[in-house]
Amino acid sequence: MDRSLVVAAFIFALLLASPFLLPLIGEGYLLGLIIKAMLLAIAAISLDLLIGHGGMVSLGHAGFVGVGAYSAAIGLESGIENILVLLLITLAVTGLVALVTGVLALRTSGVYFLMITLAFGQMIYFTLTSLAAYGGDDGLTLWSLATLFGSDVVQSGSGLYFVVLGTLFATWWGVYRITRSRFGRVLRAARDNPERAEVMGFSVTRYRLIAYLIAAMIAGVSGLLLVQHAEFVSPALAAWQRSGDLIVVVVLGGLASRNGAILGAFFIVIVEEVLGSILHEWRLIYGPLLVLMVLFAKGGISDLLAAKTPRGQTS
Amino acid sequence: MSMTLFLILCLNGLQYGMLLFLIAAGLTLVFGVMGFINLAHGVQYMVGAYMVYAYVALTDSFVLAVVLSLGTALLFGLLLEYLVFRHLYTRSHLDQVLATFGIIIFLNELAKVVFGPATLSIAPPEFLSGSIQLTETLRYPVYRFVTIVAGLAVALGLYFIVSYTRIGMLIRAGATTPDMVSALGVNIQRLFMIVFGVGAMLAGFAGVIAAPIFAIEPGMGDNILIVAFVVIIIGGIGSIGGAFVAALLVGLIDTLGRSVATMALSVVFDASFANQIGPALASMLIYILMAGILIVKPKGLLPAKGVA
Repeated sequence: MDRSLVVAAFIFALLLASPFLLPLIGEGYLLGLIIKAMLLAIAAISLDLLIGHGGMVSLGHAGFVGVGAYSAAIGLESGIENILVLLLITLAVTGLVALVTGVLALRTSGVYFLMITLAFGQMIYFTLTSLAAYGGDDGLTLWSLATLFGSDVVQSGSGLYFVVLGTLFATWWGVYRITRSRFGRVLRAARDNPERAEVMGFSVTRYRLIAYLIAAMIAGVSGLLLVQHAEFVSPALAAWQRSGDLIVVVVLGGLASRNGAILGAFFIVIVEEVLGSILHEWRLIYGPLLVLMVLFAKGGISDLLAAKTPRGQTS
Repeated sequence: MSMTLFLILCLNGLQYGMLLFLIAAGLTLVFGVMGFINLAHGVQYMVGAYMVYAYVALTDSFVLAVVLSLGTALLFGLLLEYLVFRHLYTRSHLDQVLATFGIIIFLNELAKVVFGPATLSIAPPEFLSGSIQLTETLRYPVYRFVTIVAGLAVALGLYFIVSYTRIGMLIRAGATTPDMVSALGVNIQRLFMIVFGVGAMLAGFAGVIAAPIFAIEPGMGDNILIVAFVVIIIGGIGSIGGAFVAALLVGLIDTLGRSVATMALSVVFDASFANQIGPALASMLIYILMAGILIVKPKGLLPAKGVA
């Protein structure tokens, strides 16, 4: 039995029980916090598919969260209310944007890939700021949210909580299956030695592009759910600092580790919340904390928990 | 568009390009020689700007403040190198991105705490505050001229140092085959430190000369850092010459684009649409340029030889 499955079972059991336990000690505020962390975790797991398994360090991943959120928001503004339809729109739009940017970006690799994804992320950001009809720079508050065939179960409180939890689980499971499949093995082979994979007859670019598409679409879905949770979209979702935050989550959690991405996301949200409540200038502590974690905790959180978890190389 | 406006825009673009070059030069050397991605390089620019503000307030002399700021920027860069960066040279790019991201977060917040979140500004020094008559209708501020000249002087100086001195030879050799340079008995650690310190000082210098022109605010280094990255990618990582060409290109295209994009669009589309899309398109131009160049020449315009 893989030890990471035990950790995952524990995490998801805890998340499943939280809505029933938390009202006893806290209130809706805590649930909101967990939703926030889970949404971050969904995007982080998708980025980890790229970084951990594909060796593609993208500094523009938050752009796809932004594209997903805006696709949903614009769909809502045009009168589409069914969340399943919005989901299809989100997947289609993020997939299309990822296809175009991916084909171009994957002509490069390594640091150049990092920079070109950063450039595409910035292009997405500036495109979103130019959508004057949908708030431009200031963002857009949504007065009506998506429904599931007229039911408001996907809108707020525990209903939304379970939808997000379900999505997180589906993402976890989906990425787990992908990385265990032949596709995942080719992706890792291409990460460790692209020439060898190419010589063996695999089209490295095609495998990478498909991984890039999948990661972008998952990030888009987290954007859609973010709209449901925050009832607000703004270009800041796609800012490059958000992409940096996602990398922080992935690296802190440990590369090629889905549990790590979840733990990393919770770690960040909790640190932000706890430090923020102690000190208004919490970033003064958070910044050096990041530096120290890089210098002294190389493998990330998941390595501290499970020494045997298979983990990718970091370059 | 009138010829005068066009000339002014070109000069502004040239001046922005010089600023970008000062930042990109250090960035590209640090990356080329050490293979180190330093997201915190933009912070040096911010440090330079805040330092000159503080020293002007302290000493009342712009020249003295510039000298002191440069010294502080150099020391600060060396301090960061000693405390953090030198432990990261052998680590993966991902670790470097993460650690330097942490430094950005810290220093931006620190600037906010020490100097307040509001924008600050200082006036250009008295003796550089006038403007020059260029043509009958065109006057241009002396201070902006001086920044262009200063940028050119630094570019020439760097070119001379890198091409004709022993340290420059070591830098070039280090950028190509660092292991071999180290094996030949060169203290590569010290070379790294020098490159790092000079890079930090140049970025600080950019901040110093930018302070009287742009607003001084926390986070001011972030955006210009991204543009500086665009510059070194377009120019080819590790190449000073490439950085120079690319910086001018980016400076001119960005400055001209901001004025021309809306105008050009309004020729084809109606005015309200052009007003809406123009600014966004202008902001995107340099990224489109970079994506285009990477697609045609994945290693940049003038790649340094042998850089991986």
